[in-house]
Amino acid sequence: MIRARGVSVELGGRLVLEDVDLEVRDGEVLVLVGPNGAGKSTLLSVLSGETHPLEGVVELDGRPLRSYRHEELARKRSMLTQENAVSFPFLVSEVVAMGRAPWARGPEGRDDWRIVRESLAQADVAHLATRRTSALSGGEKARVALARVLAQRTAVVLLDEPTAALDLRHQEDVMRIARSMAGEGRAVGVVLHDLALAAAYADRMALLSEGRLVAVGSPGEVLTESLVSRVYGLPVRVVEVAGAPIVVPVREASA
Amino acid sequence: MAPPGPVNVTTKRVAFGAVLGALLVATVLVSAILGQLPIAPSEVLGALLRGVGIDTPLASDDPVIDQTLWAVRFPRVAMTLVVGAALAVAGAVMQAIFGNPLAEPGVVGISSGGALGAAIAIALGLSGFGLWTTAVFAFAGALGATILVYSVSRSGGRTEVVTLLLTGIAVNAFAGAGLALMLFLADTASREQIVFWQLGSLNGSRWPEVGIVALVTVVGVAAVLAQSRRYDLLALGERNARHLGVNVERLRMLSIVAVALLTGAAVAFCGIISFVGLVVPHLVRMVIGPSHRRLIVASALGGGLLLTISDLLARTLVAGADLPIGLLTSLIGGPFFFFLLYRQRRRSGGWA
Repeated sequence: MIRARGVSVELGGRLVLEDVDLEVRDGEVLVLVGPNGAGKSTLLSVLSGETHPLEGVVELDGRPLRSYRHEELARKRSMLTQENAVSFPFLVSEVVAMGRAPWARGPEGRDDWRIVRESLAQADVAHLATRRTSALSGGEKARVALARVLAQRTAVVLLDEPTAALDLRHQEDVMRIARSMAGEGRAVGVVLHDLALAAAYADRMALLSEGRLVAVGSPGEVLTESLVSRVYGLPVRVVEVAGAPIVVPVREASA
Repeated sequence: MAPPGPVNVTTKRVAFGAVLGALLVATVLVSAILGQLPIAPSEVLGALLRGVGIDTPLASDDPVIDQTLWAVRFPRVAMTLVVGAALAVAGAVMQAIFGNPLAEPGVVGISSGGALGAAIAIALGLSGFGLWTTAVFAFAGALGATILVYSVSRSGGRTEVVTLLLTGIAVNAFAGAGLALMLFLADTASREQIVFWQLGSLNGSRWPEVGIVALVTVVGVAAVLAQSRRYDLLALGERNARHLGVNVERLRMLSIVAVALLTGAAVAFCGIISFVGLVVPHLVRMVIGPSHRRLIVASALGGGLLLTISDLLARTLVAGADLPIGLLTSLIGGPFFFFLLYRQRRRSGGWA
């Protein structure tokens, strides 16, 4: 479990997060949503320990993040960033094996290649294992990065827009993987833009607007017409499909 | 932990190592044989065996041959090997921390920074550190240049080619001006020495100097070899490396010092020898892939090999003349650099 308390972050003289309290509990998928520039990625980065907050603390298993050593933290939480470029033409299997690096000195090291193979299969990139990363498409690179994060096998998993470069089927795959990790008792935090995808797979959602947390709760509680219309600055209607709320913008032609 | 790669990949790596080693031994022997005074292969072998305490009838009775081998050729070959290794490994490490295959000590001005440091020591007649004086100043100059290039050319955890090369131009120009100033200030004897630095030469290498460069190279290579796993992770970008538990700041500092040490030691006694750090790691990567443990080891061997071949050419290409080695490596490296630049530009669709 990872928890941010009273977190404020300043970037370039501007307050991009203001007094945010949020926790990602063990066994849940928490999805962060909000308009561009709302501070979603910054919040995820704070939870990962990469960005230090101006005020407030982040605690992982009850201990402040800053008290963890680099490798120790890497065995507790993994993070998928939006940077998937690899500087040199490593093999896909080598890149995924890099996810095992934090465990290199522990007893878990022996299972490394089994875990790498499982992660490759989970992210649907097993067939690319012997290809060079320089020869991959954008979506394939994103899935290889996901496989690497899966190989890290941490109790807290943070995913920053994991579906951005992916086609419909692979978007669903990624969220299913997120769900199954939560099913194993892990804490999964995801930043998403697609509200329908978020509503379908989230246990809880957190809505950010201009650096502040506007609402936290079940998809039904967060995705209300008035809240979404106000935060996104666009009139919307919320309909329910298969038990999950779907946000539809009110368009002139269809009105 | 064995990679699940196909068998032929492993075979390729072993074959590459064997070929590299065989070529290295052959080139070293040829280097000892050829020269103004031709020496028979058997005499070289005899002298080597006598050197380790085994007296054989192979060794020549002629003291001139023994003298030539032990006082001129062997120290020169040994110097060539360690300098080549130092420069190639420095190149590999720079490429790792810049995340860019075009980074190289000569191109971005670290070698000229080191040369400027050495020139200052020579021109001003400094000798505070004894035999180590030039080396210490070369190291200081190389360190200053590395820190400057690194801090100016990076943004967001990666280095764009344009910024890197422009920084290199600026550093090279500044160091060039400094060298010119030292030329102006120095007396005739020192001037000759400084010109020698600018062109690079392995001529006149002596055992004590070889010892210094070898010691620094061994320490530097060992230090970066211990980081090779972290360099692999760094290829994912600084953020991802950090999320995987790498202390990026510490790795960066250690690497900068190592690059300055390796380049400084080479430059201190042999002047500016460009492009070894560019060509060698690149060729190695093409054959055995980018994994840094193998890359660093193979680059050390390959750097020694490339420089030994270059030096052999420098000594024998024009009868009776010893061409500056830096001239030769730039002659090979320049076009190679154009090729890499062209390819990277085409791949990224612009000068990014």
